[in-house]
Amino acid sequence: MTTIALTHVLILASILFVIGFVGVIVRKNTLFMLMSLEVMLNAVGVAFIGAGSAWQQADGQVMFILILTLAAAEVAVGLALLINMQRRYRSLDIDILARMRG
Amino acid sequence: MITINTLFYLSGLLAIVASIKVVTGKQTIHALLYLVVSLLAVAVCFYLMGAPFAAGLEVIVYAGAILVLFVFAVMMFGLAQDEHLHAPKHGAGQWLGPIFLSVLLLLVLIIAISNSEIQQVLIPKVIDAKDVGILLYGPYLLAVEIASFLLLAGLVSGYHYAKPRQAMQSDDNFQVGDEI
Repeated sequence: MTTIALTHVLILASILFVIGFVGVIVRKNTLFMLMSLEVMLNAVGVAFIGAGSAWQQADGQVMFILILTLAAAEVAVGLALLINMQRRYRSLDIDILARMRG
Repeated sequence: MITINTLFYLSGLLAIVASIKVVTGKQTIHALLYLVVSLLAVAVCFYLMGAPFAAGLEVIVYAGAILVLFVFAVMMFGLAQDEHLHAPKHGAGQWLGPIFLSVLLLLVLIIAISNSEIQQVLIPKVIDAKDVGILLYGPYLLAVEIASFLLLAGLVSGYHYAKPRQAMQSDDNFQVGDEI
């Protein structure tokens, strides 16, 4: 039976993480930045599950569940802030926040 | 002959392609649907890595709950203005620098990972929900409590920030002894 090497799992996680990182840096739409953050958190989850499966410990999945709760709380607060921003400035462009005073 | 290996690499490739489409997408709803595809592909990866409980959580919580939250928020926004007026200018000028640096970072990461002494392979044995539960309510009980506090804080601040302006002002003027 063939098995998956841990290095390949880690490389997959790094690729996904870097893709999300590029999204956070480049995009100006705050909604896309939130989505890229989701991709990054997901990549970290892949690394945790892979490591937990390689060492036959359930700790990796426990860490993944904690990351899941973190992502849920982050999305709730982030989307509420974006709703506020859309209501106030009629746009989700991150550059508009640069005009903010005080 | 399709082995676990091939399935894993296929779904990993699918996740990478879908993530790239998320990051470079123009329309918000399309990007969200690509994000669902990416999360489902990662769930398949989890399943093949021997973590069916995590795969189920990924489908139910990530693709089922968080993404639905995104979709409802996008419906509230009405993003026609953002997608046309504030759309990124044509030309890949702003993508060049970050992509160059990130590819450099990725190369460093891949070289570091492949040159390290990691010899482990993923053992094809399933870690089921029972092991996770025993660990979660044993040594990690404090972490579970803290996570519940985090969720409560997210709930309260989400409710506070997304309240309509009118309700916020009347809340600010609320004084002790006012009739409710």
